[in-house]
Amino acid sequence: MLKERRAPDFWSVSRLLILCIVLIFLVYPFSSLIYQSFFTPKTKGPTMANYKDFFSLPYYYTTLFHSLNVSLIAMLTSLVLGLPLAYLMTRYNVWGRNVLHVLIIMSLMSPPFIGAYSWILLFGRSGFLTKLLSKIGVVVPTIYGKGGIIMVFTLMLYPYIYLYVSGAMSNIDKSLEEAAENLGSSKFRRIMTVTLPVILPSIASGAVVVFMTALADFGTPMLLGEGYKVLPVMIYEEYMSEMGGNANLASSISVIVVACSSLVLFLQKLLVANRNYVMTSMRPPEVIKLKGWRRFLATLPVILVVFVSIMPQVVVIITSFIKTRGPIFVKGFSLNSYQSILSRLSQPIRNTFVYSLVAIVLIVILGMVISYLIVRKKGKIGTLLDYLVMFPYVIPGSVLGISLLVAFNHKPIILTGTALIIIISFVIRKMPFTVRSSSAFLLQMDPSVEEASINLGVSPMRTFFKITARLMAPGVISGAVLSWITCINELSSSIMLYTGKTATISVTIYTEVVRNSYGTAAALASILSITTAISLLIFMKISKGKVSVV
Amino acid sequence: MAFHGGAFLKEGIMHQNVTITDVVKRYGDFAAVDHISLTVKPGEFFTLLGPSGCGKTTLLRMIAGFNKIDEGKISFDDTVINDIPAFKRGIGMVFQNYAIFPHLTVYDNVAYGLKAHKIPKEEIPDKVERALDLMQIKDLKDRKPAEMSGGQQQRIALARAIVIEPDVLLMDEPLSNLDAKLRITMRWEIKKLQRRLGITTIYVTHDQQEALAISDRIAVMKGGHLMQIGTPKDIYMKPENPFVAGFIGISNFLSCMVEKSPDPKQTKGILEEKFPVTLPLKKPFEGKVLVSVRPEQCYFHGHEGLNGTISLATFLGDFISYEVTLGDGKVIQVNEYTKETHELRKVDDKVYVQFIPEAVTIYDAASGEVLSC
Repeated sequence: MLKERRAPDFWSVSRLLILCIVLIFLVYPFSSLIYQSFFTPKTKGPTMANYKDFFSLPYYYTTLFHSLNVSLIAMLTSLVLGLPLAYLMTRYNVWGRNVLHVLIIMSLMSPPFIGAYSWILLFGRSGFLTKLLSKIGVVVPTIYGKGGIIMVFTLMLYPYIYLYVSGAMSNIDKSLEEAAENLGSSKFRRIMTVTLPVILPSIASGAVVVFMTALADFGTPMLLGEGYKVLPVMIYEEYMSEMGGNANLASSISVIVVACSSLVLFLQKLLVANRNYVMTSMRPPEVIKLKGWRRFLATLPVILVVFVSIMPQVVVIITSFIKTRGPIFVKGFSLNSYQSILSRLSQPIRNTFVYSLVAIVLIVILGMVISYLIVRKKGKIGTLLDYLVMFPYVIPGSVLGISLLVAFNHKPIILTGTALIIIISFVIRKMPFTVRSSSAFLLQMDPSVEEASINLGVSPMRTFFKITARLMAPGVISGAVLSWITCINELSSSIMLYTGKTATISVTIYTEVVRNSYGTAAALASILSITTAISLLIFMKISKGKVSVV
Repeated sequence: MAFHGGAFLKEGIMHQNVTITDVVKRYGDFAAVDHISLTVKPGEFFTLLGPSGCGKTTLLRMIAGFNKIDEGKISFDDTVINDIPAFKRGIGMVFQNYAIFPHLTVYDNVAYGLKAHKIPKEEIPDKVERALDLMQIKDLKDRKPAEMSGGQQQRIALARAIVIEPDVLLMDEPLSNLDAKLRITMRWEIKKLQRRLGITTIYVTHDQQEALAISDRIAVMKGGHLMQIGTPKDIYMKPENPFVAGFIGISNFLSCMVEKSPDPKQTKGILEEKFPVTLPLKKPFEGKVLVSVRPEQCYFHGHEGLNGTISLATFLGDFISYEVTLGDGKVIQVNEYTKETHELRKVDDKVYVQFIPEAVTIYDAASGEVLSC
């Protein structure tokens, strides 16, 4: 037999290609960001001036305190709300458990600023309930500022705690607690010495996600903050300011934000290190069957929390049908908000769906190949890819937005103002969802199935498409639906990247709210909410509980 | 790689030999397979046997093409296969966990390799049918494998591997996931199938009984090295080193100090520091030796021999297994066959143990070299 020349094999080529893409669209923008943060428009050569300014001028450094303050408190309040909820839902026969579970996920997946917006509609300066209550002489505490931001964050983010912890709680093998009981532990002791330590890693993960999401959120503090400024808002204002924005200073603030979230992530890893317990739940814990008023007592707190957290979306949908005259609501219901978005704002709707769809196609293709490279083709490059691809997960959208701007607003690649740059931001930021859920499926798949195919004479590339891709499809699709939901709801990066022609629904809702055009904003938000809800139901149908939304 | 499209399942086709020359597989500094050489004859049923981590599966996967060969070469007849990618090697393989394609029917699973090998469409159904027939799973043809038992999946895996008429068949612990009874049934079926097709087969297992029952020859491996190659009888009766003696079956190791004697066949020694014995050695030797005695080579004597007390008696039907604790605390195993004796000894009974010196294997305690004839 002739010794054949080794053709470059499929996976080496894919690896190289993916690495190039990651270098151009991820590493390059972030390097540019860091690079820019050491320059100022006035001075020549690299300087620490931006950082010096940030840490010496109260105007800047107070925002850092504000950010850390609201994120930390929101994390604690989310724990206070999420932990008992997870306990009640996993251990007791709460009424309507499945419906409540879906509603909790829906309140998490709502457009990120709808909570804030809806609370403004109710309790804002000219909110429905503010006016109603003031007629009978009740003065509602202000919704604006720190308290309001924390409240909205809590109601939006406690589902993370709930999902992480209830996932862990239903994975505890029953015999673990039985063993503790058998060894003479009281119920309280059991919870403190067995249950809690075992679910601690999940609590920590949930808490960190809450903290980082709160730290990164732009919409809520922008709408509610008023005088209370946080970092993402500052980045936006520094860059967008009509008085000639300062991209360099915005870059340094971005670097500081990333440093904060990386630090928190690092602390979590430190806390959880060596405490991850692999649990093979042979016998999940039993659900205690309560009867009568006890069952009611267990259900009541859950229903209350879920009701308050899902209310913003209901309020927005109802609002969208209220008759308007210009920007002002009048008595009665009508479809005129929808009519006016059809005539005036159909472009953003089209943009949202087209951009998200294109992004999803790219995410699916790249995500499948990347997760295969990470899971199956281990080694240094696989590990590097894993870190790089997951990196945007911890990056606030506004930071991603600004790094794309500083990287692609000059030669060799100019993309600013195009639809492409928004699509790229979607792909980079939402890819982790698909990569993670595909990887989870791939990890459960026995590699010998692929080896069997290769052994039977099918090349590795064709094996990937004929066997691997088919078998990991549920994981890919579930992840893609999550990527899709977060794409259509994306605000914080799009708001930096859009121009008049490339505005998306989220961006338009924001601008409409700023223009006090509450009716059209509500109609657009309803479209997002409904699309999200439908997508979420599809996700649950496909993933069959195998892929978690968090 | 040669893939002969000749008459399917014709019995007694000449198959290829597999020659492994000085191959090495490294993971970092660790050599999982360390300079191994062996030749598998055409049509032979050859087993790689050893404890987990001995390198047997690594070696098998090197032959299959899933592990790179770091050093040395592997050839089929005269063809070196080192640089042929796995999918072009034309080897049949059966995986430990079957690796059935879950999204395909049984028929499509078996037809998969035929399509890949570009067998004319009209010949495929016939070949698949015959393979399914051979494995007695014809009636499962249109079903999906998900709801099938381990035994059925194993049959599908076998049918899928042999249908492409490979030159060499590799099996990676194919029976380890089956229950004990089915394992023995499938063992015979695999053996008969291999005989009938005359296909060169390399089989990996950690189960020494399975290896003894199924193989023409066995290679015992440990820590990436070959310990012994031989027929099942040789491996059991003439283990070339204490490791093989201990790994295959049960062996009692007794220490013995011997003196040089003019006739090595009559070497005198003191067993376990007190019991005088005469051992047949193949050459003069002086010093410490290791006597390896199988439980069935031991017997109880009325008043002479190694004295000890019975510490455990297990009745196993055809024989009784006794654990005897010798005076110095060493524990040995002695078997008595129920067709020879009906007397069941009791725990704490004082006994004297002897063995047939001609049957045992004797090693140089320092080097492990075989000293018995």
